[in-house]
Amino acid sequence: MNIIAKRSASWVGGCVWYLERRALQESPRRFLHLLRNVNQQWVTFQHFNFLRHMYVTQLNRSFNQQIKPKPEPVPSPFLEKASLDEAKTEIYKMRPLSPASLSLSRKPNEKESIELEPTPVIEGSIAVGTETKEEKQWKEMKLRVDDLPGILARLSKIKLTALVVSTTSAGFALAPAPFDWPCFLLTFVGTGLASCAANSINQFFEVPFDSNMNRTKNRPLVRGQISPLLAVSFAACCAVPGVALLTWGVNPLTGALGLFNIFLYTCCYTPLKRISIANTWVGAVVGAIPPLMGWTAATGSLDAGAFLLGGILYSWQFPHFNALSWGLREDYSRGGYCMMSVTHPDLCRRVALRHCLALVAMSAAAPALDVTTWTFPVIALPINLYISYLGFRFYRDADRKSSRKLFFCSLWHLPLFLLLMLTCKRPAAQGDAGGPQS
Amino acid sequence: MAALRPRRRALLRLCRAFSSGGCQLAPERGGERRDAAPSRVSRFCPPRKSCHDWIGPPDKYSNLRPVHFYIPENESPLEQKLRELRQETQDWNQQFWANQNLTFLKEKEKFIDSRLKAKGLELRAESGQKATLNAEEMADFYKQFLSKNFQKHMYYNRDWYRRNFAITFFMGKVALERIWNKLGLKRKKTIN
Repeated sequence: MNIIAKRSASWVGGCVWYLERRALQESPRRFLHLLRNVNQQWVTFQHFNFLRHMYVTQLNRSFNQQIKPKPEPVPSPFLEKASLDEAKTEIYKMRPLSPASLSLSRKPNEKESIELEPTPVIEGSIAVGTETKEEKQWKEMKLRVDDLPGILARLSKIKLTALVVSTTSAGFALAPAPFDWPCFLLTFVGTGLASCAANSINQFFEVPFDSNMNRTKNRPLVRGQISPLLAVSFAACCAVPGVALLTWGVNPLTGALGLFNIFLYTCCYTPLKRISIANTWVGAVVGAIPPLMGWTAATGSLDAGAFLLGGILYSWQFPHFNALSWGLREDYSRGGYCMMSVTHPDLCRRVALRHCLALVAMSAAAPALDVTTWTFPVIALPINLYISYLGFRFYRDADRKSSRKLFFCSLWHLPLFLLLMLTCKRPAAQGDAGGPQS
Repeated sequence: MAALRPRRRALLRLCRAFSSGGCQLAPERGGERRDAAPSRVSRFCPPRKSCHDWIGPPDKYSNLRPVHFYIPENESPLEQKLRELRQETQDWNQQFWANQNLTFLKEKEKFIDSRLKAKGLELRAESGQKATLNAEEMADFYKQFLSKNFQKHMYYNRDWYRRNFAITFFMGKVALERIWNKLGLKRKKTIN
C-alpha cells in the first residue's frame, strides 16, 4: 500500500517534471521548425540574416528608404525576445526584398537616421523609426498546431491541475478500501479533466483582470494565443468527458462532486473575487473537494475520514493563499479584487494563523477517526509546529518577508503532510499487517 | 490637432503601400477608429498578405493588448457585427483600464505626498532619490482606493461578463456559418 502510494506520488511528480522539461525543450525545436520553413515564399534565408541586423520598413514601393538599424547585441536571431515561442511569429509576411535593397549602405554610427529620397513622406518618417520596434512586437493571431499543447496546458493551469489530482489521489489512497487500479485511473483522469475545464473557464472570465496583474499577464487568452471560443470549447470538451467518466466510470457521487466543484469555482469563486472577501472561504471549499472525491471514488460514501481530509485541505488554503495575497495588495487594489489582505489585513493574518493551528488539531483527530495510526500526529508535529510558527510570525510581523516564508512553507508542507498520512495509514481491520495491498 | 495631420498623411500612405491587394485596411476608417481610443495611436499596419487578426504589445496605460482586426473581402453581416462588437469592446476596455490605472497612479502619488508631508519629510531625499512609503503604510491607500472604486468595478464587471458572453456567442455563430458555407459549397461542387 505504501509502495503504491509512493509510486503514484512520484508518478505525478514525474509528469509535472516531464511537462516542464518539454516546455524548455520545445523552444529550440521551434527555432529549427522556423528554419525548415525556408520553402515558403515569405521566409527566405536572406530575410533571416537581414532581419537579424536591422529592421526594415518600406515607406514606398521603390525600396529607396531604410530605417537605421539598432545593433542587436545578441548573436542568434530573434533570441532578443524574452520567450522563444514568440520567435517564430516575429517574421512578418513581407514582400521578398530585391538584392538592390539589401546592398543599400547603412551608416552604423548614426542612430535612427533615415536615408530618404525626397518625397513628401519625410515628416512622418522620423516617427516611423520609433514605431518599428513596437511594430515588431505585433503578432499574427494564427493558431499553430504545434503550439496548441503548450497553450492548452497553460490555459488549464496544468501545474495546479496536477496538484488537485494529487490531492484526489491522496484521498483515494487514504480511504479504507482495497486499492483498485482501474477505479483509481478513472478518478485520476476524470478529476484532471474537470480541473482543466474549471481553470479554462476561470481564465476565460478574467482576461482584462489578468492583463493588469504581473502574475497572470502571460496567460494564453491575454496574449491572444487562443480565441475565447476555443477556450470555452476546450473547457466543454474537458468537462463533459471528465464528469461523465466520474459519474459512470466511478460512481455518481464522485461525478456530482466534480460537477459541483466546477460550478463552485467558475460561477461562485471567480465572480465573487470582485465582490466580497468571502471568495477566499469559497475557494477553500473548492480546494477541499478533490480529496473528498478521491475518498468517495474508493469507498462510494462520504464519512468522517473524508471530511477530515477535506478539512485539512480547507485549512491549508488559508495560510497558503493569505500569505500569497500579502505581496499582491497593490495589484488587487488597482484591479478591483476584494481580498482580505487589502480590506481586512488583520483578519487576513489572524485567519492564516488560526488555520495553521487547525492543521495541528486535525492531525491529532486523524487517528481518532481511524484514518491513520497514532504515529502520525507525532511525526507530523515538527512540520505542523514549523508552519504554525511561521503563521505566528506572519501574524505578528505582517511584512513581506514573513508572508513569503509562510507561502513557501505551505508549498512543501502539504505534500509532506499527505505523504506522512499515507505512510501512517490505519491498516485494514481484518488483522492485515498493514503491508502493501495489491 | 495640426501637428497630427502630416503624421496622419504619412500613416495613410504607409497603409496604402501595404494595403493594395489582400489586406483591406480601410485606412480612413482605421484612422477614425484609432483616434477614438484615448491612449496612443497605434501605427501598426499588418502585412499585405495576412488574413488574420494581429495582436500588439500591452498598452502602456491599460496593459491590454490591442487587436488589429482583419476585414475579409467577403465579410458577411454576421462577421461584420462580430468584428464591430469586438472593436467596440476593445475600445471600451481600453478606456476603462487606462483611466483606472492612471487614476491609481495619480492618487497614489497624492497619498504618498500627503503622508510624507505629514511626517515632515521631503519628497526627495538628499541623495535625490524619490522618497517612498513602505508596503504597510501604503496598505491604507490600497484599502481606500479599492472601496472608493467598488461601485465602478461592479458596473464594469457586469458589462464585461455580458460583452464576453456576447462575443463568444457570436464567434460560435460565425464559426457555424463558415462551416455551413463550406459544406454548402462542397455540395454544389459535387453536384456540378
